[in-house]
Amino acid sequence: MSLIAQRLTSSALARRVLNSSFAAALTTPHGVDRYVEMIDPLWSSTEIRAEVTEVERKTADSVTLTLRPNSLFNGFKAGQFVKLSVEIDGIRRTRCYSPANSQFRRDGQIELTIKVDPNGLVSPWLLANAKPGMIVQVSQAQGEFFIPLPHPRSILLISGGSGITPVMSMLRTLTERAYIGKVTFLHYSFTEDDVIYRKEIAEIEEKYEGIRIIRAYTNADNGDLQGFFSREHLVAADKHFAEAETFLCGPMPLMDGVRAVFEAEGISDRLHLEQFAAPTRTVATDEATGTLTFGASEVEVENNGQTILEQAEAAGLTPDYGCRIGICNTCVFKKDSGTTRNVLTGEIDSDEDVNIKTCISAPCGDVSIAL
Amino acid sequence: MSTATATKPAVAAAPTSGKKLTPEQIEAFGKELDDLRARIVADLGEKDADYIRDIVAKQKKLELTGRALLWAGWFPPAFVGGVAALSLSKIIDNMEIGHNIMHGQYDFMNDPAYTSKNFDWDNTIHADSWLYTHNYIHHTFTNIYGKDHDAEGYGVMRMSEEQPWHPIWLLNPVFCGLLQTFFQWGTAIQEFETEKVFKGERTLADLKPAFARFKEKALKQALKDYVLFPALSGPGAPFTFAGNALANLTRNLWASSVIWCGHFPEDVEIFTVAETEDESHAEWYYRQIRGSANFTGSKTVDMLSGNLSHQIEHHLFPDIPAYRYKEISVEVKALCEKYGVPYHQDTMVNQLLSVYKKVYKLSLPDSFWTKSK
Repeated sequence: MSLIAQRLTSSALARRVLNSSFAAALTTPHGVDRYVEMIDPLWSSTEIRAEVTEVERKTADSVTLTLRPNSLFNGFKAGQFVKLSVEIDGIRRTRCYSPANSQFRRDGQIELTIKVDPNGLVSPWLLANAKPGMIVQVSQAQGEFFIPLPHPRSILLISGGSGITPVMSMLRTLTERAYIGKVTFLHYSFTEDDVIYRKEIAEIEEKYEGIRIIRAYTNADNGDLQGFFSREHLVAADKHFAEAETFLCGPMPLMDGVRAVFEAEGISDRLHLEQFAAPTRTVATDEATGTLTFGASEVEVENNGQTILEQAEAAGLTPDYGCRIGICNTCVFKKDSGTTRNVLTGEIDSDEDVNIKTCISAPCGDVSIAL
Repeated sequence: MSTATATKPAVAAAPTSGKKLTPEQIEAFGKELDDLRARIVADLGEKDADYIRDIVAKQKKLELTGRALLWAGWFPPAFVGGVAALSLSKIIDNMEIGHNIMHGQYDFMNDPAYTSKNFDWDNTIHADSWLYTHNYIHHTFTNIYGKDHDAEGYGVMRMSEEQPWHPIWLLNPVFCGLLQTFFQWGTAIQEFETEKVFKGERTLADLKPAFARFKEKALKQALKDYVLFPALSGPGAPFTFAGNALANLTRNLWASSVIWCGHFPEDVEIFTVAETEDESHAEWYYRQIRGSANFTGSKTVDMLSGNLSHQIEHHLFPDIPAYRYKEISVEVKALCEKYGVPYHQDTMVNQLLSVYKKVYKLSLPDSFWTKSK
């Protein structure tokens, strides 16, 4: 039923009819989507929905999802990330993940590998519950972390742990496009068993001569290198690292270590990095800290502990508001990131991409709001 | 704090006026309501998401059924069935879905389709206009005469003695009937507060943004119900037109009746601006209860009224999923009993009779009925 419906709704004619102003006028105010989704859950004219087509658990603490997004998805450049939304206990949760596949994958599907954070919410849930057929939402690809055009002659990829995913995408994209330059890939993991794409990397190593793979293990003495990143590791991986463009993604200590070496060498401009902010688990204190960013207005203020609405007004902004006691919903805006505290109940909210009532929410640390 | 009941003054008060609580009692009462709220909020999840999605799916099916039957509206059974299905669809869309989603009851889901800021309903009132007149003005200043436009009979009825009598109010029952018949249009232009233009308190220029909202939304609604769907019925256009008009009428009568029951019955209190100044959070709760009334009915009536059969619980917790009000009401009622707060509840018929009695009473000068009382 739903497959036939999907065929129907994805035909060019159906799309034209369903997206017409006539269809909009007939279905006002709810819009065509609310009706078409009754027969085709993947359909939307505004939201990128994706069907999970494959679920693989490559290591004990990771889960790899293959997604087939609807036609609204514009593709991605290797290294970019998407925001994945899943509904857990009736609540939509959003997290950022980088596709790990080649950006030229023919069937247009994307592959996300999710490292499980045992203290997290989304990743353990996906490990336990993800199954083919599930419908999720993804955003358009975002981020400036990708290999520029024209491609540099020499590329150095460095990753650690689950930071492998954007780098894996770069590697796969380069090999698929018969890139003729030099590629060196230095990857850090605890042991051999923790390398999420171990098999795939070995295959690439065998197939492409121009690609050099260096495996570094921090908790094992096999592999090509042992221990944490150092300048020696860098030289061992690529003597001519200063001439390469370097792409880096991994946990904070690795990022800091690499950054320090590149700074000391005076070649920071050749280092590109992807930094996923670790999920904030700020404990609320009475002290007001951090920066409050009003994204849409491009205004930043030092958090003074007052409600977001009050701080916005103090900064000269004029957001909509009504009751100012948390009941009328006029002052609701989207929180992009950060932790807020409900000043009435003391409740803490660390979720990203959620709507909050700004009149009764105060920031705890850095908060960015779409206002 | 828990000894509030012990400190209750043992003075016999007139049963209708209800004895006022001390400030300490009000705060203790408010604290208990906050705790109740926190417990419910912590429990929100899949059950609630499933509930609203299920209701939306049912409403969509009713709507499609109604439109399809009216397409064959020249055939009497199809006409009757079509009007019934479309009326139900519009009622559920407005009451259990639109009203409640637009209150932010399902914002916790973070699903853009169920978010108060994004939602709009099958009704001529623009969502933004509603968020202002209803969510903000009415819910914040509930029953404060001079602030809550609803309590002023939407500017077209005399629903309180606070409002001075004028010969025009002899037509109060007529105004009431007209407002109920054209309820969606009445609420669509409520934001204009036209009576204030007549009194010279507002100028026509003040109405510009409100009028733009009205035009945008009402035109689309009218085009759909009175032009496009009739046109699609070809020669059956008059039947579709009539069917849509009847469905809108049914919804208007039902929705206004439900709302009348919520705040207009005779024992519901009206407040003054002065007595509600510098009100605390707990005092706000206290006023919400005294200014609202419930009606009893079956599960179906609860759903069709958007659970505004539990208007008291709705006014305490406007952003908690409404179908939970029934379970919440047990605790609210117990708390009201514990603290001696009046809890207005009766059958729907009795509440409506009480409202109409008031409509007629207030149509006459006050001296008429105060004497006979």
